[in-house]
Amino acid sequence: MTDHAVTARHPVASSSARPIHLVTHFLGRFGLHLIAIVIGAALMMPFYWAVSSSLKQVQEVRQIPPIFWPAVPQWENYSIVWNVRLFTNWVTNTFYLATVPTVGIIFSTSLAGYAFARFQFPGKATLFSLTMATLMLPQYVLLIPNFLLFWQLGWLNTYLPLTIPFYFGGFVGGFYIFLFRQFFLTIPHDLDEAARIDGATFPRIFWSIILPLSPPAFATAAIIEGIRQWNSFLLPLIILNRPESFPLSVGIRYFVVSPDTQPKDHLLMAAAVLMTLPVVLLFFLGQRYFVRGVVMSGIKG
Amino acid sequence: MVATTATRARPLAAKGSLKREETFWAYVFLAPWIIGLVVFILGPMLFSLVLSFFTYTLGREYSFAGLDNWIRAFTKDEFFWPSVARTVLYTCVVVPLSVFGALGTAMLLNQGLRFTTFYRTIFFMPHLVPIVAAVYIWLWLLNGQFGLVNELLFQAGYYLTGKGWIGPNYFGDTFWALPALMLIALWLQVGGNMMLIFLAGLQGIPQEMYEAASIDGAGSWTRFWHITLPMISPTMFFNSVLACIGAIQTFEAAFVGTGGGPAYSTWLYGLHIYQTTFGYFDMGYGSTLAWILFIALSIFTYVQFKASKSWVFYAGEGRDD
Repeated sequence: MTDHAVTARHPVASSSARPIHLVTHFLGRFGLHLIAIVIGAALMMPFYWAVSSSLKQVQEVRQIPPIFWPAVPQWENYSIVWNVRLFTNWVTNTFYLATVPTVGIIFSTSLAGYAFARFQFPGKATLFSLTMATLMLPQYVLLIPNFLLFWQLGWLNTYLPLTIPFYFGGFVGGFYIFLFRQFFLTIPHDLDEAARIDGATFPRIFWSIILPLSPPAFATAAIIEGIRQWNSFLLPLIILNRPESFPLSVGIRYFVVSPDTQPKDHLLMAAAVLMTLPVVLLFFLGQRYFVRGVVMSGIKG
Repeated sequence: MVATTATRARPLAAKGSLKREETFWAYVFLAPWIIGLVVFILGPMLFSLVLSFFTYTLGREYSFAGLDNWIRAFTKDEFFWPSVARTVLYTCVVVPLSVFGALGTAMLLNQGLRFTTFYRTIFFMPHLVPIVAAVYIWLWLLNGQFGLVNELLFQAGYYLTGKGWIGPNYFGDTFWALPALMLIALWLQVGGNMMLIFLAGLQGIPQEMYEAASIDGAGSWTRFWHITLPMISPTMFFNSVLACIGAIQTFEAAFVGTGGGPAYSTWLYGLHIYQTTFGYFDMGYGSTLAWILFIALSIFTYVQFKASKSWVFYAGEGRDD
């Protein structure tokens, strides 16, 4: 049926099936774009609702039926959130807690990755299997005893438990060790060998040959771990109990539990948007590295 | 490798000392990680295993309890089995949906459409939202009275049937609260890391295979079933294992979103461990619960690895590193 209809409209090519293919091809393309747009819209809906709500006036927030976009966007909601007592503290704390452990984990795991990628030494296979096995550990088996350790050391309510362990690979070091190892393996051996013959020591090779060739690996690790630390919730939740030292993830709950009866949903949404913004920004800056790192970690089952 | 090639240029006597030097430096580079492994991972794990045989409340005396904690979990703790069942249900829904969802979005991005990079970025965005922020956004989105989802439902009903559909109060409803948490997890994951990993896997399939199949008259479904799926199975396996490990441990969404309620309908296993340990400071029993999870997860992962032999297909290449 449709065949006739289509070919009839293209009498020139009626002898071959080509036009039909072209039509179905474009319908197919169109259909795929439609699917992509629908999925994209569905995934974007929460962003739209968060931003729209964050710009509403107090009396608009809990209106029935809900309004889709505020009559006059209230940008000052963001400055209200910014000026909530301790909010700037939380922002500063989050920046601190996203960067300091990230530097640590990169330092410790890049060295370990180098050792696994380039050295032959007794115990290598065992140590590497052990390192990979740590990736499968549920966080709770580590959380409880480490909490007791930090308690014994008098580290509770300080940033020490949230930073120091990461200078020793943290709890998720295995992932980055694997990442660095995979990357270092792609650097030609000849370079180190030439340097060895010229009498370079191993630290020297790492510093002068491996490091200058590896900014992508470091960028990848920094972005992934930076985002992970920025979003970290459970560890700071159990370690910290003074509001002034909270990161945003823990502090944001203020907007829900505060005793004030005025609706705060618009402020909560503004805070959620503010908290998400730096992550999105970092992602856009380093999208290439990020995608590449994720792919590298997963490409070999 | 380095050693054997480099020594060729050196006198034989130097070989042993070079080997020693290499070993020495390897351990120097590994030192921070080995210290971390012992102090923050292996030591603590061992300690928590020992602790699981003790009754210990933070700040009080340790008292040996034998198998009491373990027996308590399986027979006396009224929250144990329900939380296990709920977590299994949660995992069984979230993992297949997110894995196949991610495969679907990855395949869509692999069609060579225009704007693919744009679509990829859009699909990936949810994955970037901090979990706590994501939960608050969804609480508000799924708010029974003021939420966008119920408003859209109402309007859709009104438009289609002349009578508005009234959606449930998701997080306040014992039936809907758990599905709402599943929805948050799906939103965070269908376009996330799993999708990127699938995409890389799909791009690794030689195009000639599809062309050869097409010449043999294979339709798109046949090509998917006989080429895409087998070729992507290692990636599928990797993603499934990690998704299971993640889903079984789900904590933040339940803790922030519902606190386990209403009426314990979202009291997942992770929350049970958290409450036992950091709510009641019952560290001994909390360690037992954590170890039960660890053992169950190890067995489960082991079984997955064994079972994978029958469905994961590794194309001829070596899989060494």
